[in-house]
Amino acid sequence: MTRTERHVDVLIVGAGPAGLAAGAELADAGAGHVEILEREQEAGGIPRHCHHGGFGERRTGGRPRGPYARGGTDGPAYARRSVAAAVRAGAVLRTGVTVTGWAGPRTLDTTGPTGLGRITATAVLLATGARERPRTARLIPGTRPAGVYTTGELQQAVHLYGQRIGTRAVVVGDEPVARSAVATLRAAGVQVAALVTGRPDTPFRVRRSGLPMLTGAVVTALHGRTRLSGVELRHDDGRTTTLRCDTVVLTGDFVPDNELARRGGLTLDPGTRGPAYDAAFRTSRPGVFAAGNLLHAVERAHVAALEGRAVAVPVLHRLAGTDLPAGAGQPLLVDAPLRWIAPNVTGSGGERPPGGRFVLRTDRRLPRPLLLVSQGGRELHRQRLLLPAVPDRPFHLAAEWLDRVDPLGPAVRVSAL
Amino acid sequence: MTVTVTTAGLLPTGDGPYDVTVVGAGVVGAAIARELAGYRLRTALVEAADDIGEGTSKANTAILHTGFDAVPGSLEARLVREGHGLLAAYAARTGIPLERVGALLVAWDDEQRAVLPELLAKAVRNGYHAARLIGAAELRAREPHLGPGALGALEVPDESIICPWTTPLAFATQAVRAGVHLHLGCRVRGVGSDADGHTLSTSRGPLRTRYLINAAGLYADEFDRFLGHEEFTVTPRRGQLIVFDKLARGLVDHILLPVPTAAGKGVLVAPTVFGNVLLGPTSEDLDDRTATGSTAEGIRLLREKGRRIVPALLDEEVTAVYAGLRAATGQEDYRIRHHPGRRYVTVGGIRSTGLTASMAIAGHVTGLLAELGLDLGERRELPELTLPNIGEAFPRPYLRADLIARDPAYGTLVCHCEQVTLGEIRDAFSTTLPPRSVDGLRRRTRARGGRCQGFYCGAAVRALFEKERP
Repeated sequence: MTRTERHVDVLIVGAGPAGLAAGAELADAGAGHVEILEREQEAGGIPRHCHHGGFGERRTGGRPRGPYARGGTDGPAYARRSVAAAVRAGAVLRTGVTVTGWAGPRTLDTTGPTGLGRITATAVLLATGARERPRTARLIPGTRPAGVYTTGELQQAVHLYGQRIGTRAVVVGDEPVARSAVATLRAAGVQVAALVTGRPDTPFRVRRSGLPMLTGAVVTALHGRTRLSGVELRHDDGRTTTLRCDTVVLTGDFVPDNELARRGGLTLDPGTRGPAYDAAFRTSRPGVFAAGNLLHAVERAHVAALEGRAVAVPVLHRLAGTDLPAGAGQPLLVDAPLRWIAPNVTGSGGERPPGGRFVLRTDRRLPRPLLLVSQGGRELHRQRLLLPAVPDRPFHLAAEWLDRVDPLGPAVRVSAL
Repeated sequence: MTVTVTTAGLLPTGDGPYDVTVVGAGVVGAAIARELAGYRLRTALVEAADDIGEGTSKANTAILHTGFDAVPGSLEARLVREGHGLLAAYAARTGIPLERVGALLVAWDDEQRAVLPELLAKAVRNGYHAARLIGAAELRAREPHLGPGALGALEVPDESIICPWTTPLAFATQAVRAGVHLHLGCRVRGVGSDADGHTLSTSRGPLRTRYLINAAGLYADEFDRFLGHEEFTVTPRRGQLIVFDKLARGLVDHILLPVPTAAGKGVLVAPTVFGNVLLGPTSEDLDDRTATGSTAEGIRLLREKGRRIVPALLDEEVTAVYAGLRAATGQEDYRIRHHPGRRYVTVGGIRSTGLTASMAIAGHVTGLLAELGLDLGERRELPELTLPNIGEAFPRPYLRADLIARDPAYGTLVCHCEQVTLGEIRDAFSTTLPPRSVDGLRRRTRARGGRCQGFYCGAAVRALFEKERP
């Protein structure tokens, strides 16, 4: 096995919003040889196939745009702009190159059309993103017909390949991405029979869109031999019905694409299933950083890009030899019904997460919850949220209490009352 | 040799009757066709589906059995024992993924532990002498992720895992290259027989053959009735299975078998040659021979059993849930019969061990044809076949600098979860038996068979399929 061995200053895995923003920022700051590896043939990540608007930073002065609002920058334009910024800054962007594994603490093996490589970096940044869980991982029983999609596959099929989808579709899920799936189906000329969610209510305002919404219904089986013929639902009143359709799109239920992080032996956070990390984006391994939706599945593209820019500071410290040791912080744990918090390590250098706040998720709706932060029975912080916390939507916790954490004390817990 | 593979239109009739026609291109039918290809015979392999191995052969536990627990003295015991050696050697020659991981038959209570010495004695009666009993401490050392309460095990070091898709593909490819005609999409609807042979009426017109072999699997009993035999009934026994992602592979080093009970062989946990972990099968007697769907109840049962065997397994992502149907016939043995005076051989009741025994069944059936009066002539060696490696035991193309240097397409990954390259996908379409569906492509290359199930590569794989499809 012959591998071309090289050393770079910074190696970034993944050219999505986080990786590209980090590459641009670091190259701009004179970080030396900054290389971004992207396994797809085109850089840009998920926005490449999100043909809806709403990408990019919030405008100052105006109302913040919702994630799927009309107008603003569309995904492909946002992706092109992110790529151009990284390349203009001097980052080396290599597409069609896949990282296949680790050969050392900061050494990665690669495969590309020019052969096998082995790249050692002073700093590694993992920005591998997140994916929607497919039908199999959701354990939906039934037959295995064609016509079963995730939003990611659907968008690529329609927008990148112009493939024929079907005639009548059911969309499952009520995360913002479900709305994008509906728009993509309609763009492809597919009738949307219903949007199905297991929750008793929905954060969507669907009346205007004329979209039939079925709440409190879970998919219990798929029918059809070669092609999907229907989706069986169980409603919360116990009824079972079958919706006739030839296409089903399983949306949301994102998980971090954490395989490389796990193969590298990085500590994972039990809640996010991404690498455990602190406010400076340090993972459990010195010199290995992570940013973007690998850490929290999922936030909007511009949040991932903000993190990409923010991670540049600790990476530059790493290059300069002025970084603090990794893994020195306390795990930050959440109590049910909170699902996860990010960052999820308290850190050691007094850094604050971007925007001075943590992001959280809950498994069930909490009307105006009181968030409590404590360490070994000692209360560090309490904060009443002004809005309800809703499943699959972000809410935030201020970070000023980080200074009060005892670095030698037990784990810090966050609970909701 | 001209390759004859047809998929539509009327069957060719110009060259007179076939000497032998094998109905059913599963692993058993394909093995028989390959065996017959070694003789100067005009042989046809007829299949109702549009690809080989589309029935039970594509959805099983993918284990190469030793036959240690077979019914001593049965035909199945002999053919499994012989078939194990034949297929292991064949796999090594052709590049069929196979790993000799060994099995541990685990006892979870005193009653089960008491049965282990009996199973050891049974293995010896079956001519298998390498099994041995191991205690709880050694078991724990060898399988540290096993759930609490395992008391001991019977170790069967030659139980192996094998690729269930590549095996029939290798058989059929070699058969076709040696001159066997393969007719896909050809459903047999009736058989008329006379002293000289049989006329099959099929969905693609009549087919005339001197000798006929029924390898119709789940439909072997219905096919038998075409010829007036009512000797057995196939009761489809559904086995649902769950496949866990590759990150689970480190949890399991052996095939973990349960102690068999009256209710069946039970639920096992096993690595796969693709680096996954498999949990299953269920065992459900059904009436419907097409009921290959999974059920909530089946998945729940498997997860409950799996949690006991390897608790950490349940935290891993699931990459596939599938179900296959075993052709149970209510008899604890194969039903392989030749019918003197009828020029007809029934190969029925080939249950879960069919993959293992396939080559031995082929040899046995060929012998029966000779007994029925077919002059086989001299046997010739078939040209060797080498298949592209899709298993994890040897370097795959994406790790081979030599291949990538010759052709950059082997360095271009399309399916990232399974690390399938553009070169491999392209090559699949220029083989003797190219895929005719995206699923067929997956079974030949693993493309879009991984944890994301197409989130990243699904559209790209479909585009390649639509561009290259035959």
